[in-house]
Amino acid sequence: MMERVVHAIQCIGCPIGCGGEVVVENGTVSEMSGFTCKKGLAYAAEEVVAPKRMVTTTVRVSGGGLALLPVVSATPVPKERIFDCLCLLRGVTVVAPVAEGAVIVSDALGLGVDFRAARAVSPLQ
Amino acid sequence: MAGSFGAGPVPDSADVVVIGGGVVGCAIARALSRYELSVLVIERSPDVATGTSKANSGILHAGFDAEPGTWKARLNVQGARLYAELSEGLGIPRKATGSLVVAKDAAQMETVADLRHRGIDNGVPGLEIWSREQVLAHEPNISPEVAGALWAPTGAIVCPFLATVGFAENAIRNSVRIVTECAVTGLDVADRQIVAVNTTRGRVATRFVVNAAGLHSGEIARLAGDDSFTIKPRRGEYILFDRSVGKLVNTVLFPTPDKVSKGILVSPTVHGNVFIGPDATEIDDPEDKETTAGGLAGIIAGARRIMPTLPLGTAITEFAGLRAAAGKDFVIGPSPVARGLVHAAGIQSPGLTSAPAIGEVMVEVLQDVGLRLRQKASFVPVNPAKPRFHEMDRATQAELIAADPLFGRVICRCETITEAEIVAAILSPCGARTVDGVKRRVRAGAGRCQGGFCGPRVTAILARELGIPVTSVRKDSADSWLFMSRADLEAGEGVHA
Amino acid sequence: MRELSYDVVTIGGGPAGMAAALAAREAGAERVLIIERDRELGGILQQCIHNGFGLRRFEEELTGPGYAHRYIEMVKATDIDVWLDTTVLAAEPGGVITSVSPHAGMTVVRAKSVVYSMGCRERTRGAIRTPGSRPAGVFTAGAAQRMVNMEGYLPGKEVVIVGSGDIGLIMARRMTFEGAKVKAVFEIMPYSNGLTRNIVQCLEDFDIPLYLGHSVTAIHGKDRVTGVTVSKVNDRLEVIEDTAFDVSCDCVLLSVGLIPENELGRAAGLALDPITSGARVDQFRQTSIPGFFAAGNVLHVHDLVDWVSEEAAIAGRSAARHARGELPALGSERSVTAGEGLRTVVPQRLSAFEPGKMSTHFYFRAAKPMGASVLQFWADGVLAFERKLRVVKPSEMIVADIPVRKIGDASTLEFLVVPAPEKIEAEDEIEEEA
Repeated sequence: MMERVVHAIQCIGCPIGCGGEVVVENGTVSEMSGFTCKKGLAYAAEEVVAPKRMVTTTVRVSGGGLALLPVVSATPVPKERIFDCLCLLRGVTVVAPVAEGAVIVSDALGLGVDFRAARAVSPLQ
Repeated sequence: MAGSFGAGPVPDSADVVVIGGGVVGCAIARALSRYELSVLVIERSPDVATGTSKANSGILHAGFDAEPGTWKARLNVQGARLYAELSEGLGIPRKATGSLVVAKDAAQMETVADLRHRGIDNGVPGLEIWSREQVLAHEPNISPEVAGALWAPTGAIVCPFLATVGFAENAIRNSVRIVTECAVTGLDVADRQIVAVNTTRGRVATRFVVNAAGLHSGEIARLAGDDSFTIKPRRGEYILFDRSVGKLVNTVLFPTPDKVSKGILVSPTVHGNVFIGPDATEIDDPEDKETTAGGLAGIIAGARRIMPTLPLGTAITEFAGLRAAAGKDFVIGPSPVARGLVHAAGIQSPGLTSAPAIGEVMVEVLQDVGLRLRQKASFVPVNPAKPRFHEMDRATQAELIAADPLFGRVICRCETITEAEIVAAILSPCGARTVDGVKRRVRAGAGRCQGGFCGPRVTAILARELGIPVTSVRKDSADSWLFMSRADLEAGEGVHA
Repeated sequence: MRELSYDVVTIGGGPAGMAAALAAREAGAERVLIIERDRELGGILQQCIHNGFGLRRFEEELTGPGYAHRYIEMVKATDIDVWLDTTVLAAEPGGVITSVSPHAGMTVVRAKSVVYSMGCRERTRGAIRTPGSRPAGVFTAGAAQRMVNMEGYLPGKEVVIVGSGDIGLIMARRMTFEGAKVKAVFEIMPYSNGLTRNIVQCLEDFDIPLYLGHSVTAIHGKDRVTGVTVSKVNDRLEVIEDTAFDVSCDCVLLSVGLIPENELGRAAGLALDPITSGARVDQFRQTSIPGFFAAGNVLHVHDLVDWVSEEAAIAGRSAARHARGELPALGSERSVTAGEGLRTVVPQRLSAFEPGKMSTHFYFRAAKPMGASVLQFWADGVLAFERKLRVVKPSEMIVADIPVRKIGDASTLEFLVVPAPEKIEAEDEIEEEA
């Protein structure tokens, strides 16, 4: 039996927020409509099979001019593993100074995703 | 005994215990601080003026409302005069704006004429009947339907919170102790004589207790078996407008009163804002300070009768205050049941105006029931002036920063309040312990953004100056925590759960 | 008291102030100063730790601090002066700026040009008149965001969000990430005020319900918030009887709009647009006060920082030209009107164009959500320009580049948004590839 599922997908790739449809037949994407850029098409295709999100949060800083350092995943994280990543990062404390872009956690949980410093933190004067 | 303020233990004994740190209790404490006495004020909240005293119209009534011969009539006129004498020295912001009772037709003009005669009987100076033209010249934004008004030049406005703090601080400087976060749990009466006050912070032996517990004064009386009066809380709602429309009104505008209330007023505040309100709703719960959609709509409609175009878009906050009514007049005098217990209760409008006069009269009442008084040679009648940065000229501001760099850091941008002022408000003898305490003392967070910007910063300064964690900083009441730590949340329950 | 002179001074060191200062310096202003109240540059971006910034400006998806970092590095690479921890008390016509700081005391700066770049503030509970009690636990979303993302404290653990502005949506996800339970978002309008992507990735991803057409009619609690009462509203935004229900919570976050922070301008007698609450500016972003320019959220509230940077660069370049005396004097301006379907237009007036100018940017906010539409530009009653829009949302700014030749010498200039005659597949977008 042929299985045909139509997914309504709202693109989150950029603030334009295109809405479209993705048709999945027997587990593969067969048709897409409504997306207006390459990034959107890629997002929509992935969203119906293996949704991923960029993750941003903070980690503690010791000896810095700030209490917290914002961190961001270098690439999107599988949606179902977001909270595992957050849990991992909650236990992390970095020591100032930190450079913007520095890898704070590499290959988080074996997902192949690095978390990087979103800003620089200078040491406490 | 040195004066103090805070949530410490109560002393074993005191000559006089004042229950309640509102404007009445603090004015009484200040009046008592002229004498060689150990005076203890017990306050349930972390700060003074957290009940009726903080949320009211802030008006010093001229005194033409009250029926001649009542406590209200006598104390109002005397109180208004005392504020004129004391405010500057105690650091109480006061403006002599005068007040108008606005009449819209011939019948109301008659009422207004009656009020003038009553005022003359009460000893109110300078009352005049104004024509429509005089009113419009003084208040260009008033309803063109105005027929005339009663002008009372001694009507004024005051900051009710800083009035309380002014009395409290001066009392503390003159050795009064104020213990906060302390609730009265019982009054010990032996042989019909008060002998002690039991509190959540311990027992104080005393032979004189002043009941200035505001909304709770009925309950306090009952602890001594005295049910001679009952408090009926009456709620009034207000809307406060931004300083940008401060020029809307120059003086306190009352509608012509009817039998029920003084009506919805439109008034400037000492800080340059404008407010409208209050209505009057009898309620059962003496803690119910919720505003209501109906109440707010009602005061808007009421205020529009005087001021047809209200700048509703510039409203910065709405709040409700509770008045502790106990019949028509104040309840002032000794308890008929327990010797040594004296009441200053049922202090509804004009209670704020009357407060310093109540202080004076309660000294006499205590003397009548046996308290012996000896003048204190060291009494200091004034508080040191606190610089208000935004009111200074540029040269003085520059000098202030040179003397204390924290005057150069503006924390509240809406009201231009500096870190130095906030720190001083916390370290003062009657210092702020809460975010609202800072706001009410120096107005950080009282502006149009309502602390959106400075709230987190004020919280951090309070934590630093009080030496407590940020998670222990409160908004106003003892249990009004503001922030929890991540660890609290991760632990599941949190310290505040 | 110090006294100093500068060509261009920006008041505020957030994205607008930095971009304006950089553009001014690049356009030849020699002495440029940024005055910033906080202890670092970056403004509100530093607390916006989520990603989604810079797609247009840097063609990358950056976090707020990441976007700020790019600009801070650019500023550092120049000789632009930066005063941190410094508050401007007054900026008077003529360019006299009085500022204070703990380290330098009071300073008077004489500036040839001034750029207002103070950003905006959040609307409060008082401004929307939500009845009820006044317990602890009611915060504007931005204030809570600062505490959570920069200080590491949480405003509560059971959260109700009032208003569906972007900061509220972002905070719904943030609080969820922090371990709090976000019970619901209540929006009084029949549509969301946030970006669609934020509805998806901040609410739908975590099954947080969004109630449109619902108003929080009371906040409860004596010490700390204990809950809210919510009712449905009709299309006149009036509460519908018998639809009230209670939601328990210990925290209420308000995301009910942003207001340009124009108090300095107001004190200086600045002419304001009553709808944007920002200055009325011309295409140079010059305000009614000669030599005073405005850009970013102090001018009108933006949804994308990329547009803020772009607009601030215009203001900065103009400020540099004014400092050199090359900008035409104010006067003989034409008004631009936001007509049917639109709520705001910036710039609100046009001065004479400089020779060789090909086109000029306009920014709009729609009055209500619409499907496929056409943005029309009418010059002296003649349809001079049209642009197709696939969809129109009040939450998303419309940007259009209008050729100068289409504007011509017309004295009546009006923009409209009208329904499109047919479905539009692709917009004639200015950004094809995001």
